[in-house]
Amino acid sequence: MDSALIPKGVKRCPIWQFALGLGVVGAVLLWGVYAMILCWFKGLNQTNMNDYYGFALWIWADLAVIALGGGAFFTGLLKYVIGKDELKNIINYAVLIGFICYSSALLILAIDVGQPLRSWFIFWHANVHSMLTEVAFCLSCYFCVLTIEYIPLILENRQLDKVPFVHNLSHTMHEYMAVFAATGAFLSFFHQGSLGGVAGVLFGRPFAYREHLFIWPWTFFLFTWSAAAYGPCFTLLVTRITEKITRKQLVKDTTIQLLAKIAGWMMFTYIIAKIIDTVYWATTTAPSLGFTLKDFYSNNPVYGYWILFAEIVLCGVVPALMLITPKIRSNRLLLTLATILAVIGVSLNRWVMVLQVMAVPVMSFDIWAMYYPSWQEVATTILPVAYGIILIMISYRYLPIFPQEAELNPLEPEADMAAAAGTEETTEEVPEPGLTPAEA
Amino acid sequence: MFPFNFEWMWDMSHIVFMGGLWYALGILGAGMTFCVVKAILDTANGKGGHHH
Repeated sequence: MDSALIPKGVKRCPIWQFALGLGVVGAVLLWGVYAMILCWFKGLNQTNMNDYYGFALWIWADLAVIALGGGAFFTGLLKYVIGKDELKNIINYAVLIGFICYSSALLILAIDVGQPLRSWFIFWHANVHSMLTEVAFCLSCYFCVLTIEYIPLILENRQLDKVPFVHNLSHTMHEYMAVFAATGAFLSFFHQGSLGGVAGVLFGRPFAYREHLFIWPWTFFLFTWSAAAYGPCFTLLVTRITEKITRKQLVKDTTIQLLAKIAGWMMFTYIIAKIIDTVYWATTTAPSLGFTLKDFYSNNPVYGYWILFAEIVLCGVVPALMLITPKIRSNRLLLTLATILAVIGVSLNRWVMVLQVMAVPVMSFDIWAMYYPSWQEVATTILPVAYGIILIMISYRYLPIFPQEAELNPLEPEADMAAAAGTEETTEEVPEPGLTPAEA
Repeated sequence: MFPFNFEWMWDMSHIVFMGGLWYALGILGAGMTFCVVKAILDTANGKGGHHH
């Protein structure tokens, strides 16, 4: 039915199966939209945020998706600026994942601000002494970069590409993409860093406060570093999940191995820096502010030493060592396990830097303030996940996201018969009539 | 925010923050304008009629 829109030389599931999948995920999306409307119309009393928790589940989700979406800027930097041409086989998907992550972050912020119609205030009445202003500027600009990187993919749709202007535009945008990718890397460096900087400058909260280099706390550099390290792991993980669902190999092992190796070394160097930072904070910074390490990890029902161990060792050191070891990295199962651990690790780090910071008592008469999100907060946090799955489904079906797919999955004669029977959609290239076999 | 807004002050913070924003938007805007103009000119010159 929609075979004219499907990229050439690849096989897709029947339209009814596609529509059914969309319907199931769409139902989850609608649940999130309902919660979002409640938050907009009834206000933030729909959430469990309070005087202790001005930042809560939404800000954690924001920071987590921005870190996980870091695969787009770092893969773009490697491909367009450093010249790792092999990554051209995964860059489209990295861009798509980045686009989903950043649009999700903006959507969550639009709910969180409570008055989305006043979002432009941050640009017009900017507080130029706030790290969050820099985050808002860089986030918006980088979303523009991701949109610019995603547009040529849309324009390469089989039908759109037939229009000469559209074909020329996508060709030109590809040709000059290095300029946009370099701008994106510059913007990402600053907004990833400033998100970490926000925690590091909180001198009234010794759990988050860190020493500075000029005006930047260490968390500024750690956040940028971790996004560059863990972001590609999320790209690899989503690629693996997509391959499992489609039951196809979509990217060659050489590309996967290269990206995994780079991510592994980035993670290894990051985790060394993180351990040094943690030791210095635990032995020097926190005691100088009147706290011991034990104060941050006891007398509460959730936050024990286990979270420190899980973030740094189990989901930091372990996946880093797995990814830099060629024998382990080349095993697909272990590679997937390493990327899962890495994704959990960076999400845990963002949780700690947002929510544990709020929970730790800072006054001698204070107690631990625990927080549980309301269903509206959970639904609006799941909303971007459903939106992301839908966008991936549509993009995978109609756009040439994986340049190696046709080569890795040549169409078999049975596929033609199945297509004729209407059970699946194929678009094998048919020679033009009047051509000799050689010309065809 | 622009220098003609009442909140504007000619200090380093405003120049760095707002200058950075305009610089980034300028590159993106100029880059996209260039791509669109080049695509229009290429189309007018008959390029893009074939597919590879």
